[in-house]
Amino acid sequence: MRLEPKPAPSFAATLLYPLGAVAATLVFTSVLALLAGASPLDVFLLVAKGAAGSQFALMETLTRATPLIFTGLAIAVAFRAKLWNIGAEAQLYMGGVATVVLGTGALPLPAPLLIPILMAASMLAGALLLLGPAFLKTRFGVDEVVTTLLLNFIVLLFVSMLLEGPLKDPMGMGWPQSIKVLPEARLPRIITGRRLHYGFVLAIVASVILWVVMKRTTLGYEMRAVGHNPEASRFAGIPVNSVLMKTALLSGGLAALGGFSEVTGLKGNLTSDLSANFGYTGIVVAMLAMLNPLGVVASAIFVAGIFVGADSMSRAAGVPSYIADVMVAVALLTMVTAIMLTRFRIRWR
Amino acid sequence: MEAFEILLQTSFWVAAIRIASPLIFATMGELICERAGVLNLGIEGIMVAGAFAGWVTVYGGGDLWTGVVVAALVGAAFGLLHATLTVPLGLSQHVVGIGITLFATSLTYFTYRLVLPQVSSPPKIEPFTPLPIPSLSEIPLVGQALFAQTPLTYLAYAVVAVTAWVLYRTPLGLAVRAAGENPSAVEAQGISVAAIRIGAVMVGSALMAIGGAFLTMSAFNSFFFEMVNGRGWIAIALVVFGSWRPGKALLGAVLFAAFDAFQIRLQQISGGIVPYQVFLMMPYILSIAALILVARRATYPKALMVPYQKGER
Amino acid sequence: MSPTPVLRLHNITKRFGSLVANDAISFDVREGEVVALLGENGAGKTTLMNILFGHYVADEGTVEAFGKVLPAGDPNAALAAGIGMVHQHFTLADNMTVLENVALGTQSLWAPRLDRKEASSRIRALAQGFGLVVDPDATIGRLTVGERQRVEILKALYRDARILILDEPTAVLTPGEAEALFRTLKLLVAKGLSILFISHKMHEVTAISDRVLVLRGGKLVGERKTNETDSRAMAALMVGGEIASPKVEAVQRGSVRFALSQVSARPPAGVPLNNLTLELHGGEIAGLAGVSGNGQATLAALMAGTIAPSSGTIAVDGREARSWTPRAALGAGIGRVPEDRHAVGSIGDMTVAENVISERYRTRRFSRFGFLDWTAARRFAEELVRDYDVKCPSPDARIRLLSGGNMQKLILGRALDGDPPVILANQPTRGLDVGAVAYVHSRLLQARKRGAAILLISEDLEEILALSDRVYVMSKGRLSSPSARGERSVSELGELMAGRSEDALHAA
Repeated sequence: MRLEPKPAPSFAATLLYPLGAVAATLVFTSVLALLAGASPLDVFLLVAKGAAGSQFALMETLTRATPLIFTGLAIAVAFRAKLWNIGAEAQLYMGGVATVVLGTGALPLPAPLLIPILMAASMLAGALLLLGPAFLKTRFGVDEVVTTLLLNFIVLLFVSMLLEGPLKDPMGMGWPQSIKVLPEARLPRIITGRRLHYGFVLAIVASVILWVVMKRTTLGYEMRAVGHNPEASRFAGIPVNSVLMKTALLSGGLAALGGFSEVTGLKGNLTSDLSANFGYTGIVVAMLAMLNPLGVVASAIFVAGIFVGADSMSRAAGVPSYIADVMVAVALLTMVTAIMLTRFRIRWR
Repeated sequence: MEAFEILLQTSFWVAAIRIASPLIFATMGELICERAGVLNLGIEGIMVAGAFAGWVTVYGGGDLWTGVVVAALVGAAFGLLHATLTVPLGLSQHVVGIGITLFATSLTYFTYRLVLPQVSSPPKIEPFTPLPIPSLSEIPLVGQALFAQTPLTYLAYAVVAVTAWVLYRTPLGLAVRAAGENPSAVEAQGISVAAIRIGAVMVGSALMAIGGAFLTMSAFNSFFFEMVNGRGWIAIALVVFGSWRPGKALLGAVLFAAFDAFQIRLQQISGGIVPYQVFLMMPYILSIAALILVARRATYPKALMVPYQKGER
Repeated sequence: MSPTPVLRLHNITKRFGSLVANDAISFDVREGEVVALLGENGAGKTTLMNILFGHYVADEGTVEAFGKVLPAGDPNAALAAGIGMVHQHFTLADNMTVLENVALGTQSLWAPRLDRKEASSRIRALAQGFGLVVDPDATIGRLTVGERQRVEILKALYRDARILILDEPTAVLTPGEAEALFRTLKLLVAKGLSILFISHKMHEVTAISDRVLVLRGGKLVGERKTNETDSRAMAALMVGGEIASPKVEAVQRGSVRFALSQVSARPPAGVPLNNLTLELHGGEIAGLAGVSGNGQATLAALMAGTIAPSSGTIAVDGREARSWTPRAALGAGIGRVPEDRHAVGSIGDMTVAENVISERYRTRRFSRFGFLDWTAARRFAEELVRDYDVKCPSPDARIRLLSGGNMQKLILGRALDGDPPVILANQPTRGLDVGAVAYVHSRLLQARKRGAAILLISEDLEEILALSDRVYVMSKGRLSSPSARGERSVSELGELMAGRSEDALHAA
């Protein structure tokens, strides 16, 4: 068996294979639903209804999508430059930490000043966190996959330490949580009575900006070039290491904005369950979007919909809500296969 | 000098070897994959799946060794999936590996909830018990540590020996090492690179799964979420630390486990002055430090992460 | 000569999409015969070899060895039938020993242990019998290129090969090593083996073969007895017409445009350079001859800016460079054509427009305030496509889809844009067809005419001799003194390439 590149993928193929991936995902989840004793059709309908069946459901989905857009963008930009940042989880938490450290009273400023400062501070915290692995990669050749993965565990313990120590809320009845950020630091809700907040708008703006950066700027060009072929890039005079550092700053900063937005828009404080694996799910989001920043918005909403829908489906149909995690993981694997198949033809002889 | 005395306690070394055992399985598994040229980032998820598969087999009435075999088969199945996507199809080993970890983990959690919908505290099984080897276990200090462990630990020793033997002393091992260095050398001698790599990933993944099963069937006696807790990633660091050699990787795993056991004891005698999280961070920090230490002189298998197509050179 | 055919190809056809790589090729090889398969790059030689050896499956046709049809797509069958192959790029694992590489795949994979004793004694016996001296326990990574090739031949002999296929075997050898190889081949033939020798070098074919098959555009276009034809006729068959050698006009030698003085360099991998001095004059092509792996890559990297000297100075147009990076080299006015157009010269998954601006995207021509001007980039790509006669569907096509020649023309165009005073052309014609080679040569000569100083690095001595005003030879990281056109004979240059010192040469 061998793979041959297709000169130009046909329109039908670019449509057909991803649809095939979706179909394969649905078939696999159907089997799981059957195993759980539920009708697959019911399960899918309930998931769809739970994700988008009402204004409330839709708002919940968009709320859940918000951090996923941020982590998805963080992964998309890093993977584009082949910087394998698997540490968006940790960077997100660092964003949350920075937000809480400065936002709970240290800076008594009005909202128009405080919010940008908190954004900048959280981005800086996340960026610096990823700078370490990027430095180790470029300077010593240490694989960043392992270092960013291990940092996830380190940072989570660090957060837990803060929440039981210096950042602990004395009124928290012993729960490991920080005190709430100032009202001036809170992102307002978009619709009163719904949880959707302006963090979502911020996420959309971030993805548009990132899209422009990737498409139109020299930095975006450099990141793509380095990702595709670092050796040719170096030969052409592109400063590969410095591009990787910039990529790390951007990626870490974007993931950290997710932490900022969760704290100031949704939770109000920092807890050690601020992220429901948003960092890891961000990888799926970015891959489903084929690393396109605008696509990240769509895929984040789709993935969030599955999770939100599965939660309500689980209550109604008695199928474990982990079916959503399975579905998302299977979607990742089938989709990368589908993307490959649109570009290559398999010849069996 | 309490800290130093820890090193002289038999119980400390017994714990170190116990902590090392799952890492040894996982590290050997990853080493085999990487020696054949495939980075297997599915390791973390495969360990989760193995931990559950072994435990649930015993929970469902199977005997312990059946549990180990089931865990290995489950691991091999995930390995087959990984290899199918990364070897003949040549997909990114990073992305597929992470995907396998997410898939194996979520499928395990789903199945766990399916099997035990309502339990709050995980049910227990009767795990492997220590089986002191007569006379060997009576050697002072090391005897208890090395030879008064459960049979699964002895299996871990055997796995290292067999891995080293196969890689360096058999025709199959030649093919595996060549597949990770220059696959066209394998192809030119009439051996299928794809078959070697798929086989290596399946065997490696089976070992990772047994490493996971050690947690539920020997170290503890039940399955709970997040119990693998980054051990897979640490195993990947240990492979690099061990320069892709079974003996050195074993040494790395034992050193690492000794450090881990040490920090637990240190934590107990530190009297809470230092937050316990600092101690818990140590293994991960140590792993990163170890990577930095060896990165300069690490000689990766040259074809690691490089997909291969027939007739290509 | 025995008339029994040991290998017979019948009507072999292989298509890749719309490209017909092999078109109904039939021939046979007889016992004790050396058959040369001659053809240009892209004529279909490699595809044919891959089919012969079972890496590819032919769409039509059969391969017969010793009267039996080989099952398609099974390298094992080819090996078992006694076909041994020495690939152009060695198929050896560098981290393993000679013995391990030779024994790989010869013992059952499920055997509980590798029988080293048996393998070792057989290798020693074969090595002695055929004059292929190597230590079975040496690690491949430490062997010279010539020794590695011996291991490749040993691999085939170890498997009792009766038919040996050699794919461009001399490409990586010094003239001396090539001689030794030919002696070995004659010994093999004397012992009854048959040899299929693939090459595009005329003189080798004449030296070694009994019969020549000429391949062009996937078709077998001619078959001659070697002693009944000559190089010129073969060359004409190979390219389908007479080859025009480049016309080199007399040009006034200019001032020194590029100078390395007392430069030492330690590349992370590769041959280090010590106290090297080199001056390139305007209006001149300086040719750098040598067997690959003797420091040319380091010198090229130095000139391209990808490595910086550890001591010594680099001066362009008399101005000494302070920090030396690719960007500095470009800024100083060095146009660079890299050795490997796929891995270094281009970014395959990016478009033609994106590729042509890669050295200049930061200039005001292509960007303002960090924002790229894609219109300007496309316009530049279109200009190059037109001026350099590139066949390319659109500036937005991925460069990977272009043929080697067209890709090289674009890289050349990118390098020559803005008429740089200094040009590095590293293996600029390797793997190109005759038309593209002629084109690249004419462009380099044109640059020479306008006064550029050019360093031409090539492993093809004929190319060096045809174009260069002065010739340097590089061996083991040392540079010979330059010789003017015609000053040194081919054999003298060959001696220098093999590492003989100039003093020894004068003494002789």
